Amino acid sequence: MMSDIFVLIPGRTSRQGTALNEGKYTDTYKEEITTLMMNAEDMQRLDLETGDRVRMWNEQAEVVVTCKADKGESPPGVLFISYGDISSQLMGGDTHGSGMPTSKGLDVQLAKAE
Amino acid sequence: MSIAEQPPTTETPELKIVKDATCTFCGCVCDDMELTVENNRITKAKNACVLGKAWFFNHHIEDRPDATIDGQPVTYEAAFDKAAEILLNAKNPLTYGMSDSTSEAQRVAVAITDWIGGNLDTTTSVCHGPSGMAFQGVGEVTCSLGEIKNRADFVIFWGGNPAESHPRHFTKYSLMPKGQFVPNGRKDRTAVLIDVRKTKSAKAANQFLQIKPRSDFELAWALRGLAKGLEIDPDIERKTGISLETLTDLMDRMKKAKFGAILFGMGVTMTRGKHINSEAILALTRDMNRHTRWIAKPMRGHGNVTGADNVVTWSTGYPFGVNLGRGYPRFNPGEFTSSDVLARGEADAALIIASDPMSNFSQPAREHLAKIPSVVLDPKLSDTARTATVAFTTATYGINTPGTVYRMDDVPIPLRPAFESPYKSDYEILKEIERRIRAKQLGV
Repeated sequence: MMSDIFVLIPGRTSRQGTALNEGKYTDTYKEEITTLMMNAEDMQRLDLETGDRVRMWNEQAEVVVTCKADKGESPPGVLFISYGDISSQLMGGDTHGSGMPTSKGLDVQLAKAE
Repeated sequence: MSIAEQPPTTETPELKIVKDATCTFCGCVCDDMELTVENNRITKAKNACVLGKAWFFNHHIEDRPDATIDGQPVTYEAAFDKAAEILLNAKNPLTYGMSDSTSEAQRVAVAITDWIGGNLDTTTSVCHGPSGMAFQGVGEVTCSLGEIKNRADFVIFWGGNPAESHPRHFTKYSLMPKGQFVPNGRKDRTAVLIDVRKTKSAKAANQFLQIKPRSDFELAWALRGLAKGLEIDPDIERKTGISLETLTDLMDRMKKAKFGAILFGMGVTMTRGKHINSEAILALTRDMNRHTRWIAKPMRGHGNVTGADNVVTWSTGYPFGVNLGRGYPRFNPGEFTSSDVLARGEADAALIIASDPMSNFSQPAREHLAKIPSVVLDPKLSDTARTATVAFTTATYGINTPGTVYRMDDVPIPLRPAFESPYKSDYEILKEIERRIRAKQLGV
């Protein structure tokens, strides 16, 4: 089944920053970096509800995260996740001569996890 | 102010107040903290933001071994010897991290890398490294945060979310403070946010421009054209999501500013285009100086990532991505940067200082790092420390150790530790490793 192409933007959040200091192995930190914030219209179109598990993948890797409706931060087609282990798995190793892997604006596909 | 002139701290056996302490969590490096320390725990952090409080309250003494080899506790001496052996035996070692460490320790890390002829890189390469490349390409019209506080009447935040990543930036430097030439503070300033997402920072801005993903370069280039009075194709709206009318209005107001500042984040550098995006913003800033005063500054993340740039630059002539294998520095992002030497499987040993590439690097880079011997220094347990051959638990800079860090505007700030740690500092550990490497290299 074909799935939509989304643009994933990993980034910093206040909660990630505070949880980071508590430790990367705390439940709060793990929850923060595995929660995918989505536009509510996209969720409705894909028949998703907050708390659903979704598969997200590209040519680099596939990860399973929990989706959550955002408060209008992201436009349709754009996803946000706190930067960390999960988002970094979707980054490629090539830096295009810059030293910086493309870490934001990653093309990913998304589907409800079975 | 010298250390001798610093205000005294009041101390009782159970309670200590440390005034004018410095928070090293983010690049703001706020140096007006008042810390209450009770039994080697910071219990109050007056003036700290939410991130600063989390930093101070969660860096207490953890019960972990001083050092481990392959996960087994060992003495410092054994760990120093093994670390030196690993680094000396490597043909193409990598030194990485350094942005959460003092500049004194950074300097020793540079010396070690020089002795062993390795690749010298910092977290800058996966942060504002592209901006570092852009500085070399088009220059940087810059200033201190103090100048922004006292002069800026037009501030553009571009590809960043200071409300969450640098919570005190608005109140201490860029928006709220009353300054010499902006006596009414926020009322005298216009703030514009340019970003793909309507983040929490949007509420602090007068205007939010929601651009399409991966269109930073096109937007900056269109503004450059408008600054020069060129005719811009209205089709710019299809690419960027911002109408030509809106951009023209923005440029008109930018030209009327007395002192403008573009503060740009990693939404610019981590997105396709990378250093070219930064170059476009820096070139736009340069162009604006034909009309009025404008500056641009990157918003730096880690507490002393700016120090890492300074130390590596004054030592080698380049800010990051430096190879010292031929006995002289060579700079080439994409060749000598950490992500590349790891993902391509080139590095054969690693010295990682206060950083966690096993969590943050690409999968190919992580897989290679896990295969090679590594020496890791970190106050906290991390995936990188867990996979290290030699892992040191370190004292936390700023909380347990003194030293110097650089604020995001390249201003050096002294640290005032709150309490002692039983663990050695990065500086002490690196000095011991350097001493052993130096003795071996010199045959003494």
